Amino acid sequence: MKYMDYAATTPPHPEVARTIADIMSLHYGNPSSLHILGEQSEQLLKKAREVCAGALQVRPAEIVFTSGATESNNAAIKGAALQFMNRGKHLITTEIEHPSVYECCKQLESLGWEVTYLPVDERGQVTPEQVCAAVRSDTVLVSVMHVNNEVGSIEPVEEIGRRLKQEHPRVLFHVDGVQGFGKVSLSLQDSGIDLYSLSAHKLRGPKGIGLLYIREGIKLLPLLAGGGQEAARRSGTENIPYIVGMAKALRLANEGQRELAERLRRLQAALIRGISDLPKLMLNSTPQGAPHIIHFSYPGMKAEAMLHMLEEEGFLVSTKSACSSKKSEPSRVLLAMGRSMEEASTGIRISLGEEHTEQDIEQFLAALRKAVARMEDLKGRG
Amino acid sequence: MNLDYEMLLLRFGEITVKGKNRAKFEKAALAHVRSLLRFFPKAEAIHEYGRIYVKLNGQPADQVIASLKNIFGLTSISPVKVVPSNLEEIVAAAVDFVKKLPQEEHTTFKVHARRVFKGFPHSSHEMNHLVGSPVLSACPQLKVDVHHPDIELRVEIREHVTYLFCEVIPAAGGFPRGTNGKAMLLLSGGIDSPVAGYSAMRRGLEIECVHFHSYPFTSKKAEEKVLDLAQVLSGFTGRIKVHLVPFTDIQTALAKSGQDNLIITLMRRSMLRIATKLAEKNGALALVTGDSLGQVASQTLASMNVIGKVTDLPLLRPLVMTDKEDIITLAKKIGTYDLSILPYEDCCTLFVPKSPSTNPNLRIVENIENGLTELENMIDAAVQGTETVIVKPDEIIRKKPKDEPEVVQEQWF
Repeated sequence: MKYMDYAATTPPHPEVARTIADIMSLHYGNPSSLHILGEQSEQLLKKAREVCAGALQVRPAEIVFTSGATESNNAAIKGAALQFMNRGKHLITTEIEHPSVYECCKQLESLGWEVTYLPVDERGQVTPEQVCAAVRSDTVLVSVMHVNNEVGSIEPVEEIGRRLKQEHPRVLFHVDGVQGFGKVSLSLQDSGIDLYSLSAHKLRGPKGIGLLYIREGIKLLPLLAGGGQEAARRSGTENIPYIVGMAKALRLANEGQRELAERLRRLQAALIRGISDLPKLMLNSTPQGAPHIIHFSYPGMKAEAMLHMLEEEGFLVSTKSACSSKKSEPSRVLLAMGRSMEEASTGIRISLGEEHTEQDIEQFLAALRKAVARMEDLKGRG
Repeated sequence: MNLDYEMLLLRFGEITVKGKNRAKFEKAALAHVRSLLRFFPKAEAIHEYGRIYVKLNGQPADQVIASLKNIFGLTSISPVKVVPSNLEEIVAAAVDFVKKLPQEEHTTFKVHARRVFKGFPHSSHEMNHLVGSPVLSACPQLKVDVHHPDIELRVEIREHVTYLFCEVIPAAGGFPRGTNGKAMLLLSGGIDSPVAGYSAMRRGLEIECVHFHSYPFTSKKAEEKVLDLAQVLSGFTGRIKVHLVPFTDIQTALAKSGQDNLIITLMRRSMLRIATKLAEKNGALALVTGDSLGQVASQTLASMNVIGKVTDLPLLRPLVMTDKEDIITLAKKIGTYDLSILPYEDCCTLFVPKSPSTNPNLRIVENIENGLTELENMIDAAVQGTETVIVKPDEIIRKKPKDEPEVVQEQWF
């Protein structure tokens, strides 16, 4: 069985799993405790924060550990919206954000905020001009994802950040970095990004842990009030094994980024070639997108049937994103990219990682051709 | 900074008045510059009489400046444009240079040329005009003011190349690290003592820190906090030693003496005795404290007098006449403030009496101490039991008992 659903989640790195097992049994102390066990846990927490900050090239005090990217995105958007109500109640985002950003904005809309959802072009991209043109005097926050989780389009977040800092320095800029980190390089320092969300489990780390980068000097209203952990920015007893596991996963992903991206580029090119050769399939990703996500539609065929047929052939892929694949509606992202209802309802996403080889791609394409032939055969009979 | 600079000019301050020691001071500053340039492998430092030049060789000027401007002994840094020494190129570069600088309607301007190479065909005075007039016609909003110009373009003409610069970025000042000897800094976890340490270091003193802990009455976190503070200080010099002194026995013995209102005085005297012994052991010639006159009971003139009696070393108090607000401002600037305000107790804040004496009597204090027959031995034991930790900007090196495993195991990260 070949797992090709890395954008949904990734297999934990064996070293990460070992780290978590070791620490879970050795260092169960609460970092807030004053005794030796607590103090040791705090040392681990401190070191993990330094390692994460090093991977992002930011200051350790700018890292807040969370339960994952959904929390990070909620904490960034709601935290900013609630903290800066005196500046206004307008937010800007795009039509293709992950549900943890999109639904969060919808929720704020129901509570009286105004949200501008920027449309994207057929490749799934917004432009810095669009963003800047949407800024109003009461705009508090702009949230744009780095890499789209369904089709892999890369948003020009560095340029957006720089333009915002020049033209609208008071507007905060949040980037959901979940699908980008470790695959597409991004400098937080030079790109005017104020808030940046990450999740460990997309980087071969554990689930249930993530982080939010909050640029020094920015104060958000904390989503979780309580014992004042994380410098009162996120209360709740720190999950030391997972936090250290995430630090390791982040470090490994960061160190391996260039090499992995180069490898994935070759696999991506082969996949795009193979899919383009099948006239029944419609490619939704471009070679300029992130190297690990390749998305296509198969108009006229139920995506779930396709998924299970590929599964029979030994390949695990995804319909839409994992977070929205249980619903039967068409993909909001593909509709935003101008696809028809039919095209938007029949998407298949392949997402790759370290383990995949050129041979895997060849075998996958063979399976895909076989599946399409079978489907077409069925369609012909029906 | 939007100009491309080839070089930085680093100026020394008052060390240039130091006669024969000057070479030693400049050498120390040069060594410090070179140690920080490690992070910019292409840049190189060149020492000339009274100055250091850093050839950037493509390294970003703003980043190198940010790193070098904390070096003690340097008063200012100027980014420099380097051009061949002929009139046409100098004028062209000067016009280009000034055009790119921010200027408004009433910005005033002056050229200050200096002909270092006397073979150059135009004198310094002539050059002021030869460079000044084309710059003024290129930037019509500039007005000349030879006394207090907003922009002073300096032109230094040497045999082969000419240096153009105008921005003067203030640097840390003081004396190069370690050029004025060594002192022991009494480092608590508070706001003042790290600032006192910084001030002493800025004056060219090498600092070793002494910290007193009263485990189990104080937590390990208080100790961590002190090491973190020392780490911030180590950023200014590269490395710092911290002596962690076990003070529990002495503190309990003093507490038992029943003289509540004098306990702070008694503790401070014992601390100074220990620090003095550690100074002797480590070749330091002074003690530095964060005392600020009148701030707390132990820092009244009367208290300072009774406390200071126990040491024959010079007691340096860099902050003695400084207001708390100014100390806090400096603490924020050097990056120790946020650590200092963390809430872990150090041994001075324990057993604080309801009304500590602001006017202790030396005779009574000495009588109490004479009654404590074991005090001298306890002070020696504390010196014996002192753990020395080496703190660098990126690591803290502690000797651990061999059988105790590391808490933070590298393999986990």
